[in-house]
Amino acid sequence: MTILTEGKDGPVILTPEQVEELGQALDDLRARVEADLGERDRDYIYKIIKTQRGFEIAGRGLMYLGFLPPFWLAGVAALGVSKILDNMEIGHNVMHGQYDWMRERGINSREFDWDTVCPADQWKHSHNYMHHTYTNVHDMDRDIGYGILRIDEGQKWNPYYLGNPIYAFLLMVLFEWGVMVHDLEADNIIKGKRKWSDLKPLLKGQGKKASKQVLKDYVVFPALTGPLFLHTLAGNAAANLVRNLWTFSIIFCGHFPAGVQTFTKEETEVETRGEWYVRQMLGSANIKGSKLFHIMSGNLSHQIEHHLFPDIPANRYPEMAPEVKALAEKYGLPYNTGRFSKQIGSVWAKIFLLALPDRLVKRTPTPGVIVVRNRKATEVGV
Amino acid sequence: MVGLIDLVQTLTTPHPLDRYLELVSPALTARELRAEITHVSRAVPGSVTLTLRASRQWRGHSAGQYVQIGVSINGVRHTRCYSPIDPESRGDRFLQLTVKAHPGGLVSNYLHDHAEPGMVVDLAPAAGVFALPERRPDRVLLVSGGSGITPVLSMLRTLDAEGFTGEVTFLHYARQPEMVPHRAELTAIANRRPNFRVEYRYPVEPGTVIDGETSTGSGFFDYDELERVAPWFADAQTFVCGPPPLMRAVQTIFEAEGLADRVHSEEFTLTTVPADPAEATGTITFSSSDVAADNTGASLLEQAESAGLTPEYGCRMGICFSCTATKVSGCTRNLRTGELDADPDKQIQICVNTAVGDVDIAL
Repeated sequence: MTILTEGKDGPVILTPEQVEELGQALDDLRARVEADLGERDRDYIYKIIKTQRGFEIAGRGLMYLGFLPPFWLAGVAALGVSKILDNMEIGHNVMHGQYDWMRERGINSREFDWDTVCPADQWKHSHNYMHHTYTNVHDMDRDIGYGILRIDEGQKWNPYYLGNPIYAFLLMVLFEWGVMVHDLEADNIIKGKRKWSDLKPLLKGQGKKASKQVLKDYVVFPALTGPLFLHTLAGNAAANLVRNLWTFSIIFCGHFPAGVQTFTKEETEVETRGEWYVRQMLGSANIKGSKLFHIMSGNLSHQIEHHLFPDIPANRYPEMAPEVKALAEKYGLPYNTGRFSKQIGSVWAKIFLLALPDRLVKRTPTPGVIVVRNRKATEVGV
Repeated sequence: MVGLIDLVQTLTTPHPLDRYLELVSPALTARELRAEITHVSRAVPGSVTLTLRASRQWRGHSAGQYVQIGVSINGVRHTRCYSPIDPESRGDRFLQLTVKAHPGGLVSNYLHDHAEPGMVVDLAPAAGVFALPERRPDRVLLVSGGSGITPVLSMLRTLDAEGFTGEVTFLHYARQPEMVPHRAELTAIANRRPNFRVEYRYPVEPGTVIDGETSTGSGFFDYDELERVAPWFADAQTFVCGPPPLMRAVQTIFEAEGLADRVHSEEFTLTTVPADPAEATGTITFSSSDVAADNTGASLLEQAESAGLTPEYGCRMGICFSCTATKVSGCTRNLRTGELDADPDKQIQICVNTAVGDVDIAL
């Protein structure tokens, strides 16, 4: 397989040897970081957990003063931050197995569960396995549009997609519920690819997890504040909403900004490790920002590094990024990054544009990857 | 109490209450067993004796049983088994461990060098069938070698504390007198109780040069020794813990005498030495399914499937961690990095690991 990338100065050709070389360089980088994991990374994740628990307790406590608007707002903010840290820098990363090497009770990919309605085991299947293994491969990676949105030109338009911006808005507001039902693959039920009976165990798990979350946020904690029941209920709902808006926005910046490429099943059927790495680099996008921004985004702002090394502790991504970027430059591969405003703007533009049939949209050519297989060129990602 | 914890956990869900409490203080846990080191003694060279105060979940131990101690070393939690040396059922939450620093032993050396009062360790409830029977036998023979002294020391101290009136012989093998932990106490017991006999042996290894002469080895356990220290051994219950050659020697003699059912021993295996990774040898035991198969050198996932098992898996290339399983014992090699791993009780990705020699996987 030869991979060509169209850069500004025309196509860049990567020979199989170069792909191999790139893969080796990334393997070496991985090995170096892996060998260095230790006390520092352990201290880091525990510090984040302590901070998160601090915000959580503060948020719950502030609700007792919820009748005063500034305290109510502060409570919502604290609880929102707590849920964001829990879901992203802690939950997402721990459930990826990034801290499994610590062999710590509770802080590992088998035991950890996060503060959202989505059960950990279901998310691990659709995310760790389907999404991370088949990243941006059509009909394999269900994160391309999550079965409800048209987010890539490679998805064929139909009139349903006229509602694209509305679906996206609803998904944003109800994001934790969207993540929960993701594994049900409701669209496949409608298409008849999946049986209702397949859903039973999934629904059972979702019901169990969601009822615990609902009981906690919408019954028990409000009840504990007595006469402030409704204030607290509204505050907890607002905190969940804050988390939904934020996580949706960060996650959509990971694979959907302009320039990110998608692939077909045929193109990726037999892949070497080097080719897998190249696909991950082409299929992900980073967000520039401060250290605090990276922590609050669970380091998914280093989506490229995360997709190359999904099980390396996320606090290492900022250190690895310059080397990954240098490698991308060396081989002429794009390294998609930008400020949050640019990336999220580009995502929403795509959501609106792709609602329309192709003939109504003036297509702006984006650099595509040409994958040569059996000496036959097919163009994808355009 | 349990009901109350469940109630509080409706507030901390999805995290267990202990995940909050441990951030306040590591020894403050509602469910999990932990222990705080309260006293450290390094009186005997090469070993350290720790006194621990367990959290309130501790249910004590039977003399001879072991506990698991977990400590974090350079960010990684390591767990090892140690036998408490104190008498059983003291009704309090204290336990004592003597840890010998083995050459290359990560945890034993760490505890020897770094254990200090205030340190909190993970603790697992006492386990193991190597223990004094509830109904004490009339005669008890205890044989130990090196750091194998710990479980039998607990037995001896238990019998002493109970005012045992039968006959007891304690026979211990060590390199030199000063390497015997708790020697003063052992001697004190022997002096106090005429029915307790305490004997030490310092065998000479074959090949040792003494006064210009190379010894062929002497002072090791044999039938004559047994007759000397416990002529009543045929009527006794015998408990042995020590290095494999000592255990073999005792077992061989008891088997020859037709007394195999009267000798109880505690395996005392050191970490498996990694074998040549190029050779696929040994047997893979899938202990949760009670299935075993000859190692073919393929990934453990493939071998499990060939053996008719259906373990959970995902990417089959070491990314998704769907297939992670517990390696109970043995040495494995990472197919991607070539790295060997001989740590027991470790979570491994079975799709990218293969067995090097005998391996036990909890599948």
